[in-house]
Amino acid sequence: MTEPYLVEAKELKKYFPIKKGLLGRVVGHVKAVDNVNFGVRPGETFGLVGESGCGKSTLGRVMLHLQKATGGEVRFEGRDIQQAGPKELRALREEMQIIFQDPMGSLNPRFLIRDLIGEPLRLHRKMSASDIDDRVIELMNLVGLDVNRRNRYPHEFSGGQRQRIGIARAIALNPKFIVADESVSALDVSVQSQVLNLMMKLQKELGLTYLFIAHGLNVVRHISNRVGVMYLGKLVEVAPADELFARPGHPYTKALMSAIPQPSPGQKRDRIMLQGEVPSPVNPPSGCRFHPRCPYAQDRCRTEEPLPQPIGFDREVACHFPLTVDL
Amino acid sequence: MAKKILEVRDLTVGFPREHGLLKATDHVSFSIEEGQTLCIVGESGSGKSVTSMAIMRLIDYAGGIIAEGKITFDGEELTTKKQSEMNRIRGERLAMIFQDPMSALNPVFSVGDQIAESLRIHKGMNAKDAWNKAVEMLKLVGIPEAEIRAKQYPFEMSGGMCQRVVIAMALACDPELIIADEPTTALDVTIQAQILDLLRRLKRELRTATLLITHDMGVAAEMADRIAVMYAGTIVEEGTVDEVFRTPRHPYTVGLLRSIPRLEEEPGSELYTIQGSIPGIGELPQGCRFHPRCPHAMSRCFIEEPSLLAAKGKEGHRAACWLEGIPEVSTR
Repeated sequence: MTEPYLVEAKELKKYFPIKKGLLGRVVGHVKAVDNVNFGVRPGETFGLVGESGCGKSTLGRVMLHLQKATGGEVRFEGRDIQQAGPKELRALREEMQIIFQDPMGSLNPRFLIRDLIGEPLRLHRKMSASDIDDRVIELMNLVGLDVNRRNRYPHEFSGGQRQRIGIARAIALNPKFIVADESVSALDVSVQSQVLNLMMKLQKELGLTYLFIAHGLNVVRHISNRVGVMYLGKLVEVAPADELFARPGHPYTKALMSAIPQPSPGQKRDRIMLQGEVPSPVNPPSGCRFHPRCPYAQDRCRTEEPLPQPIGFDREVACHFPLTVDL
Repeated sequence: MAKKILEVRDLTVGFPREHGLLKATDHVSFSIEEGQTLCIVGESGSGKSVTSMAIMRLIDYAGGIIAEGKITFDGEELTTKKQSEMNRIRGERLAMIFQDPMSALNPVFSVGDQIAESLRIHKGMNAKDAWNKAVEMLKLVGIPEAEIRAKQYPFEMSGGMCQRVVIAMALACDPELIIADEPTTALDVTIQAQILDLLRRLKRELRTATLLITHDMGVAAEMADRIAVMYAGTIVEEGTVDEVFRTPRHPYTVGLLRSIPRLEEEPGSELYTIQGSIPGIGELPQGCRFHPRCPHAMSRCFIEEPSLLAAKGKEGHRAACWLEGIPEVSTR
């Protein structure tokens, strides 16, 4: 049956207060992540998709404890990381890393590449300078960077190469878990496939576990074992990637997938055109948060919030009338 | 044959530097007929945006110059026009939709005022008529409660709504050609689908010729009649949407199509890649610009640059490649 999770979110919440006036009175909350439950199994890639503002990046950050959760738990190998003391947390940081979207924004422009890749080693390991250099060369080879260029600055590298630098930094400490936050979204297609291949190769060789956050659904389907779909701070569906794409259970999942323009001209598709836009997470709609845009919404959806319910093996969907189940 | 709205011949745009001209495009030629949508696809740095800026003659303000070539718009030569003359053409007969709708709109005027402004300037309408027409345009692009929305400011609207306003503004003066530079790139997929749907509907109803610039092959497949693929400042392939997607002739087009993860592909399998990366405009290789990345490169490709030639029996399907028939021309 299902393996134990490497990382798990339990009733995880992250609210951002909205402050107003001179005294910073809290007038409301942006519920970026609202009561999310899911887990990532060792060695798998869990894809997290959704539109901008749905809370997927916030969820990624809270999972790494880069932002403190408002409520709920994040468990890494069974331990609640929010209860960890400073020393324990520092050790945990070695196990959990992140790759950012914009490699230029995440690399210090005044550092040499060797220093950038060596930085985590200097901070976390008591290694001699020459040992660090050896490891930097090893890492550069692993991610496909020319080691002769290690005394250069980030601006001398192309977008794809900078992303490789970001990946080298992330794997420097042999982590178990990596959050890839839109890490190929900014790249051109011809370079994007190179970086995706690299990520899949590293996963096999180093036994990495990925939380792969992206809005490009084709990419997510290709790289993920399981996929979670977020809408307005809620996880509306979790399913194995192939199942999700073949038979989406939540109307939002179906709409999201049918909206991607496919590079096959003339192909007829069953498209659900969503009306309107994602509502504000400050005052989310009552009942099911998707109901104002849902083509199948009924009275019950307006009043009662659907809870995640299992449909089929290893699948969950938060919908009163899931598409794959005949009622 | 349908009337050509826009004809671009040997367009070379560059940026003057101390050591000479840095060419962003090199002898680019294409044309757009009435009612047609031509899509220029290419990755960053391919020169697609520079081409559109040159047609609008906005390149002058970006420090670039048109070094060579002709741009004929509805029989008129644009390359020799003064900016004062361009001001009369831009916005009226030649309209543009930009990538980021938020920065394309003026934050201190209501959206209705901004649409009405171009009508007052170009069409000489009085304030009341212009305002009414602006509201009508907002209705056309599917903005609900247009009378109320017209009085709102850009910050009160979402990105998708702002892009509808920009489209309304572009269409207000009934232009002969619309240039849309990555019009949906900044939007979420469900909003992108709405905007693409709107553009398709407007195309059917108004039959306005469109030059659409995108990096997304999916968007190109859904929107274009014809496609031009750009690489490192040149067009490497041009043809109808079916020709380019079903029987691509240039190895770069083949590579681009194969690099996209497809829904029917085996998940987790290794993706096709084009080795290396796009050369910067200052570091172009000799011969064919694509040869360092091309899996089929021959000795000739290292020396001579191929020109864009039609395929046998297919006048409209042109490719710039020395290979006669590319082996395994398949997008799978």
